[in-house]
Amino acid sequence: MKAKPFAITLDVGSSLLNKTGSWRTERPVYLDRIPPCNNACPAGENIQGWLAHAQAGAYEKAWQELMRDNPMPAVHGRVCYHPCENHCNRIEVDSSVSIHAVERFLGDLALQQGWKIRVDAPPSGHRIMVVGAGPSGLSAAYHLTRMGHSVEIFEAGPMAGGMMHFGIPAYRLPRAELDREIARIQDIGVRMAFNHKVQDVVAEKEAGQFDAVFVAVGAHLSKRVDIPARDAGKIFDAVSFLREASAGQAPTLGRRVAIYGGGNTAMDAARTAKRLGAEEALIIYRRDREHMPAHPSEADEAIEEGVKINWLRTIKEIDQSKIQVEVMQINAEGYPEPTGQFETLEADTLILALGQDTDTGFLQQVPGIEFKRDGTVVVDANMMTGHAGIFAGGDMVPSERTVTVAVGHGKMAARHIDAYLSGEQYVKTEKHPLASFDSLHIHYLTEASQRLEDHLNPNSRLYGFDEVVRGLSESEAAYEAKRCFSCGNCFECDGCFGACPEHAIIKLGPGMRYRYDYNLCTGCAVCFEQCPCHAIDMIPEPGV
Amino acid sequence: MSFQQVKFYQTGTLTVGNRLLDEALRTVQATTDRSNSLDSGHRACQGCGEALGARYALDAAMRATDNQLIATNATGCLEVFTTPYPESAWRIPWIHSLFGNAPAVATGIAAAMRVKGRQDVRVVAQGGDGGTTDIGFGCLSGMFERNDDVLYICYDNQAYMNTGVQRSSATPGAARTATTQALGEEPGADFAKGKNVPLIAMAHNIPYVATASVDRLHDLEAKVEKAMSLHGARYIQVFVPCPLGWGSKPADTIKVARLAVESGLWPLFEAEHGEVVSVTEIRRQVPVSDYLKLQRRFAHVLGNERQLARVQAVADANIRRFGLIKGQGV
Repeated sequence: MKAKPFAITLDVGSSLLNKTGSWRTERPVYLDRIPPCNNACPAGENIQGWLAHAQAGAYEKAWQELMRDNPMPAVHGRVCYHPCENHCNRIEVDSSVSIHAVERFLGDLALQQGWKIRVDAPPSGHRIMVVGAGPSGLSAAYHLTRMGHSVEIFEAGPMAGGMMHFGIPAYRLPRAELDREIARIQDIGVRMAFNHKVQDVVAEKEAGQFDAVFVAVGAHLSKRVDIPARDAGKIFDAVSFLREASAGQAPTLGRRVAIYGGGNTAMDAARTAKRLGAEEALIIYRRDREHMPAHPSEADEAIEEGVKINWLRTIKEIDQSKIQVEVMQINAEGYPEPTGQFETLEADTLILALGQDTDTGFLQQVPGIEFKRDGTVVVDANMMTGHAGIFAGGDMVPSERTVTVAVGHGKMAARHIDAYLSGEQYVKTEKHPLASFDSLHIHYLTEASQRLEDHLNPNSRLYGFDEVVRGLSESEAAYEAKRCFSCGNCFECDGCFGACPEHAIIKLGPGMRYRYDYNLCTGCAVCFEQCPCHAIDMIPEPGV
Repeated sequence: MSFQQVKFYQTGTLTVGNRLLDEALRTVQATTDRSNSLDSGHRACQGCGEALGARYALDAAMRATDNQLIATNATGCLEVFTTPYPESAWRIPWIHSLFGNAPAVATGIAAAMRVKGRQDVRVVAQGGDGGTTDIGFGCLSGMFERNDDVLYICYDNQAYMNTGVQRSSATPGAARTATTQALGEEPGADFAKGKNVPLIAMAHNIPYVATASVDRLHDLEAKVEKAMSLHGARYIQVFVPCPLGWGSKPADTIKVARLAVESGLWPLFEAEHGEVVSVTEIRRQVPVSDYLKLQRRFAHVLGNERQLARVQAVADANIRRFGLIKGQGV
């Protein structure tokens, strides 16, 4: 034994022998929560995930992450009504992250750079028929192709895009971006046959030796109302009007155009009428702004362009150049009711924008398929109709009718069809608990207000169909991405690692996060309090 | 401070690390190769602020000196919980002698290193507020006055915690301790007593004096690094909450430190040769009650408007004196 110094009787020991973990009554655990943006996305995008790549300037990686769920980011960055932003926790602090603007930036950058999608799955040998090349059909075809299946789309119209092409005006969705995103779907091997109206689904399925069918024909029939007309002037329905306008074959309008309805289609029709030279475009709607189905930004942009909105009015009678309307009021239950007072509005053209029905008559003969009273097709939780192997989605099934919901249906249907083809049932991965604002520890946050996208000057908008909303620059998009709180998921800020008084946290390196050494952790929960995004929870110590 | 500002991210540069920050600009504590000068297995209470403060300060000093560092330690919690004979939680050369002589021991080591021609080896002395502001004060003042080449770091938890929470000259007004009970007309510690050692250190005209807090890691590390770049007597007082003595939740250690800074009760500043050269501004001012209500030692203050106003007046005076809020200084 080595001689010890004077008065020293024991060997030097290390504190590392003390297992301070034995003091613990609670233990911290790392976990993931679902951020409210991801939770709200109808297309099921991992928004927080792609924002994280964008923050780091890894734009292609961000775009690839986006493309896992949504094949058309340039389109969605423009036309999606971004429920993600309405649920963003940052609203409680200043304003939501402008998710749609970052999505549009990534979508446009991908088109500019020509980024490609790879199909990694080996060919499955299965053949799938998709009816309708609208957003839902395109999305299903895209996802099924990436899963290795062979997909053919039959489209009744002359080109792909559905309502994105024929319904949404070009000033909201320029056709160049739309066409290029559709072309990219074709590039991965989706075959499309146009001017091919499917009449007998079962026969076509057999003739083409398809293993499954996804029907997504949309809802293109304008709803009608009976209005007493003594000497009616011009009356159009909004869907045909918008379709003809986008094809450059708009009907001749009068000087004063009235639009009946309060949805997004009504706004689109009014704004399109203005662009086609109508001196006045006035919307007549039976409820008020608070109860309108249109997105507030659409109404605001319409008003900026000089569209007049007559809230709380119903049309009683039309004459050559006059429309008699009755004033309504919203009753206690929130429904409009007549007041018995009448007004006269000057208008020589009327466009009806009262909603759309779906034309599902061709499915009536298919055994097993059931319909709702409004013609929409009943599907089960697997997106399958009552006829085995025939799935349906988009505007033709009962749901909210937006491009994003349709694209989400396409993705969901693709997963269920994939499972169906292998004789299985697709099981949704269970969602993590929601990361609410209250659960965050945002004490270190830096104030940062939202970067707004530039809008085309209202006066110059009316000369044509130029896009109204301009996108963000790279630096603006990066800034917006950096405003994300990463709610509920670790983003490796080292807050826990640095705050542990026991050095009981092991840092595993970039992308690998951290691990606790429970031999040492005393359960003091400083890490829990320091974690800004609530990716740590304290749980009772097992056995205590 | 000389660190890159990452804005518009949830945490910016206010927390330990940030994956968007250049590696070189992250804190020492964010790195896996930090020296952990004060290692695991020490016997500090759950959520000990002093254990954190000591690791933060010494790891930064180790990086700044390329690991050529010797530390002396006054008696106190920090010595007791790290070094029950014969074991140690220190991973640096470390010496303990007495309660009151840590600055003098450090002076001796610095002199020995000079004689041996080891200019590369630097010396840090450390102690709690009791060992610094009361018992070791004579030695400390002497070390300042001689401008010995030592950085003295005081971990200030505002009372004698190791011996059972007795009042020290760093205990703030109204705080309950074992010797200043929350009884009578003026419950808790007197407002009129105590001393401000950072200001006394400045009066010695030494090269560098700073205050720091465990909630501001970048700020703390930058100050230690700055101190190690200088020679002569230097002093840093680090605010380190004590869950046991203050009656706060262990989980709230860093939060309490943050609220002390944000309320103005713990001003963060740097001084060179007796003059304040920089202050760390308050980000979002909070009323002192936000800070007090997390601690049982101040429980009696919340229901006592007169005392609450006096504590607020202390914070307001700091804000004025040091200009902690833009446009509110003198």
